[in-house]
Amino acid sequence: MSETKMTLKDFKPDQEVRWCPGCGDYAILNATQKALAEIGVPKENVVVISGIGCSSRFPYYVDTYGFHTIHGRALAIATGVKVANPDLAVWVATGDGDAMSIGGNHLIHALRRNVNVKILMFNNEIYGLTKGQYSPTSPRGKKTKTSPYGSLDHPFHPLELALGAGATFVARTMDTQPKHMKEVLMAAAAHEGAAFIEIWQNCHIFNDGAFKDWSTKDTRDDNTVVLRSGEPMVFGKDKEKGLIVDCHGNSIVDADKAMTWDASTPTPVPAYLLAALDREPDMPRAVGIFRQVEQTTYERDVNAQVAEVKSTRGLSSLKDLIYTPDAWTVD
Amino acid sequence: MSTEVIRQEDVVIRFAGDSGDGMQITGSQFTETTAMVGNDLATFPDFPAEIRAPAGTRAGVSGFQIRFSSGDIFTPGDTPDVLVAMNPAALITNYQDLKPGGIILVNSGAFNERDFKQAKLDSNPLEDGTLSAYRVIEIDINARVSEALADSPLNKKDVLRCKNFYTLGLMYWLFSRPTQPTLDWLAEKFAKKPELVEANQTALKAGFNSGSTLELFQGRFTVAPVEDIPKGTYRNIMGNEALSLGLAAGAKLAGLRAFLGSYPITPATDILQYMSAMKSHGVVTAQMEDEIAGICTAIGASYAGMLGITTTSGPGLALKTEAVGLAVMTELPLVVVDVQRAGPSTGMPTKVEQADLNQALYGRNSEAPLPVIACASPADAFDCAVEACRLAVEYMTPVILLSDNYIANGAEPWLLPDLDALESFKVNRAEAGDDFQPYARDERLVRPWAIPGTPGLQHRIGGLEKEHLTGNVSYDPENHQQMVELRQDKILGIRKTIPTPHFDGADSGDLLIVGWGSTHGAIHTAVMKPDKPDQKVGHLHLRHIHPLPDGLPEIFARYERILVPELNMGQLARYLTSEYPQFKFESMHKVMGKPFKAAEIRARITAMLEDRS
Repeated sequence: MSETKMTLKDFKPDQEVRWCPGCGDYAILNATQKALAEIGVPKENVVVISGIGCSSRFPYYVDTYGFHTIHGRALAIATGVKVANPDLAVWVATGDGDAMSIGGNHLIHALRRNVNVKILMFNNEIYGLTKGQYSPTSPRGKKTKTSPYGSLDHPFHPLELALGAGATFVARTMDTQPKHMKEVLMAAAAHEGAAFIEIWQNCHIFNDGAFKDWSTKDTRDDNTVVLRSGEPMVFGKDKEKGLIVDCHGNSIVDADKAMTWDASTPTPVPAYLLAALDREPDMPRAVGIFRQVEQTTYERDVNAQVAEVKSTRGLSSLKDLIYTPDAWTVD
Repeated sequence: MSTEVIRQEDVVIRFAGDSGDGMQITGSQFTETTAMVGNDLATFPDFPAEIRAPAGTRAGVSGFQIRFSSGDIFTPGDTPDVLVAMNPAALITNYQDLKPGGIILVNSGAFNERDFKQAKLDSNPLEDGTLSAYRVIEIDINARVSEALADSPLNKKDVLRCKNFYTLGLMYWLFSRPTQPTLDWLAEKFAKKPELVEANQTALKAGFNSGSTLELFQGRFTVAPVEDIPKGTYRNIMGNEALSLGLAAGAKLAGLRAFLGSYPITPATDILQYMSAMKSHGVVTAQMEDEIAGICTAIGASYAGMLGITTTSGPGLALKTEAVGLAVMTELPLVVVDVQRAGPSTGMPTKVEQADLNQALYGRNSEAPLPVIACASPADAFDCAVEACRLAVEYMTPVILLSDNYIANGAEPWLLPDLDALESFKVNRAEAGDDFQPYARDERLVRPWAIPGTPGLQHRIGGLEKEHLTGNVSYDPENHQQMVELRQDKILGIRKTIPTPHFDGADSGDLLIVGWGSTHGAIHTAVMKPDKPDQKVGHLHLRHIHPLPDGLPEIFARYERILVPELNMGQLARYLTSEYPQFKFESMHKVMGKPFKAAEIRARITAMLEDRS
C-alpha cells in the first residue's frame, strides 16, 4: 500500500450527516475515518458499500468510492467488486436487519468464501429506519410496534453465526469505546480475508440502552472481557477477575488463574465458547478479536485460476473462441 | 443383395426412449454427423424435468427430433417420417405425431408384459392394430447388442446400455451417414475407459452392419448435401452455446473482461457451464448462493469495471427484479439473459414458452425502462448476445436478452462471423479532471463510467434518486421528474442505432405476420411455402422489442391485416397495440409447452384469407 500520509479530514466528504443527534453511528463513522487515514490506503482505492437501513447511509459520509445498494445485498455486490479488482479495499456497512435478516444468505456465503471485505455490522437490536420493529437480534419477549405483546422469535447471536459460517476474522466492539473500535478496525483491515465485526450501537430513539449492562462506563469493566491474543482473559475495575471457558462449564476465577486467549487456534470451538457467554446472564460478555486465521481469499483464487488456465491453455483470441476445431468449411 | 438407395429432400427423425436410454446423446451424435455431411438441419430435444423418472413410464420418455435436408430449413419439422421407439412408453406417447405411412422402428426386446404395465398399456400395441397406419419394423435390439458384445468384459447391464449406439449405427446405415465421426467421438469421450470405447464402437458398427444383413428395410435413403449453401466456415451450434460465445465475444469487442454471476436454473444452466470453461478468454464466472447474488455480483463487477452478466430463466428473473432496478438507477452496464420456460411459478421447466415478455418489459417497480431484445434461432443467439453487450456498454444500462427453451437446446449449422466485420464498442470511461460529475451526460444522455481505483473520481452511487449532474441524493420534485425522463429518453434514443427489422415474403398485401423470438422458423416456413401460391403474406420478425425500431407504422400500413403468433396469451400483440393504437394486431396464441408447427401458422393464414373473401 501507498505511503501517503492522510488525515481524518481526507475521508470527510462535503455531505451533511443525517443520523439522529446522539446516535451511536457517529462514533463508528469517526473511528472508521480515523482507521482509514491511519492505514494510509489511497482513498481512490477504498470502496464503501452498504445495503439499506440507518447504517447504510455510511457511504455518503466517507469521501471514497461508495455504493449504497439495496436491502441485504451489499455483500453480494461487494463480492463482485472484489473479484473485479482485488486491490480495492472494500468496507461494508450493514445492520442487524440488513445482514442477519434479508441479507443473511449473502452474509454466510461471503464469510465461507472468505471474500476480503471488512463487514461492519451495526447491531442495535431494532429496525431503526422503519421506526422501531423487532430485528433478528432483538431478545425474545422484546416489545416493539410489531410485537406489542412481546416478540416470539429467538434471536440470532451474530458472532456464533459468523463462526458457524467459517469466518476467518470475527470480532466485537462497541460505539462507546472508540479507541477499542479503532484497534479492532485496524486489525480487521490488516487481515487478508473476510472480517466480521459486530458493533454494539445504541439506537437511543427506538431501543435506548440495549447494551447498557455492558457498554457504559459503569458497567463495562465488570461485565466485559476484552480478548487479545496472548493476553490473559481478565476483567473487573482492577483487572482482578479472570475467566476460564470450557465445554462443560465456564467459571470466573482470580486474575492469575485466567486462561490466555488465542484467536488463531485451528478449531473455532474456543471462539464459539466465548461467543456463547452471551447466553449466560451471570457471565461477562466478551469483546475484541474472537477469531483470526489465515485462509486464501475468494477473489485471489478466482483470478489465479483464470490466470493459470490462460497460461496453460493459451488460445485466448476471438478467433480461438469462435473458430474451433469442429468447424468445417464450405468452398 | 443390393439395396436400393432412395434420394430424399427432407427427413425428420424422432428418437424416443426412456430417459436412461441415452436418446439425447444418440440425437446429438446423429446431428453432428449430419452437419458434417453438409445437410441443413434443425433439432428439437424434448425431455422430462425428472432426471430419472421411473424406468419405462410415460413420464420418463425423452425425445430428440432432428430434421435434415438438402435445402434450407428453419424448423425441426412438424411431423416425423421416422420414429425410433426404444420401449412401449416411448412408442405410445409419440406415434401419433408421425406422418401417415411413416416408419416406426421399435426395440421389440423391451416389449414385455412388465413394460406394458409400466407404460399403462392393456395390450401390446405391436399386435392390437394401434399402428396399422404405419410401417413398423421390429428388431430386438437388446438381443442383438448382447450378441454383438458377447466377448465384452462389461456386465450384462452395461452391455445393454450400449443399445443406443447400436440403434444409432442402424440409423446411420438407413440414412447413409458415415460412422467415423461418432467412432472418433467415442474414443475421445471415454478415453479413460477403453472398455467402454470398445463396447460402444462395436455396438455402433454392429448396428450399421445389421442394416444390410438383417434385411429389415427395403431400401436406404440418402439426403444430398445442400448445394447452394453460402460459402464460409460452419459449426453445428446449440442456442445456449451460441449465446455464451456471443457474451464472451461481446465483452472482447468492448475491451472488457466478462463476469458472469449466476445460479443454476433450467434451461439456462448450460450458459454458466459453457462460460465457466472459457477461462482462457479471461471470462470470470461465479456460481453464487442464489439468483439475487448472481445479479448483484454482476452489478458489483460492472461497477468495478468488468462487463457484468447474469443468466437465468423466468422464476430467477423475478428474483432479480429489484437488482435490475438498481442497475437502471445507477446506470451501470449489465446483461441479463432470460432463457424462458413454461410458467407461471415453476411451471414446466423443460418446456418452451415466450411468456416472460411482460416481465422483461414491465417487471420492475416504478419507471425503469431498459432495452429488451430477443433471439430467433440458435445461431441468432450469438448475434443477439453481442448486441446485448453493445447496448449495455454503449448506453450504460441493464439489457434483458430473451431466449427460450426451444432455442437453448435446439441446434443448427452456424455460419461463423467474419471476425474483421465485428465492430468494437465504445466504452464511456470517465477521465479524471476538475469538472468530473458522475451524472453528467453526453449527447446520447449516457453518463460516464467512473471506476473505483481511478484517482480523483471518487463519488457515491446507489438506489436513491440522484441529482442531475452531481449524482447527490435528491428528493427534489422537479429533479425526479427530470431524471425519470432522462432515463427514459436515453433508452428511446437507442432507436437511432437499430436497423429496420428482418423482412421476408410479400412486401405488401393481404397479411403481415409479426413475430419475435423462437417462432421465427415456423412463421418463416409457413410464409415462404404457403398453402396457396397467390397468398400475399409478409413476415416481420422483431429482434429489438424495446425500444422498437423506427419505420414500423409504414410497414404495418402496407397490409390489410396483421397477425401476431406467440407462445403466450398475446403479450407482444398487446404491447404493439399500446404503441401503435392505429393498427389492429390479431393475436394467435399457444401455451402448450410446445413450439408452433409451420402447419398451424399456415392453416391460420389460409383461414384468415378465406375469411376475407
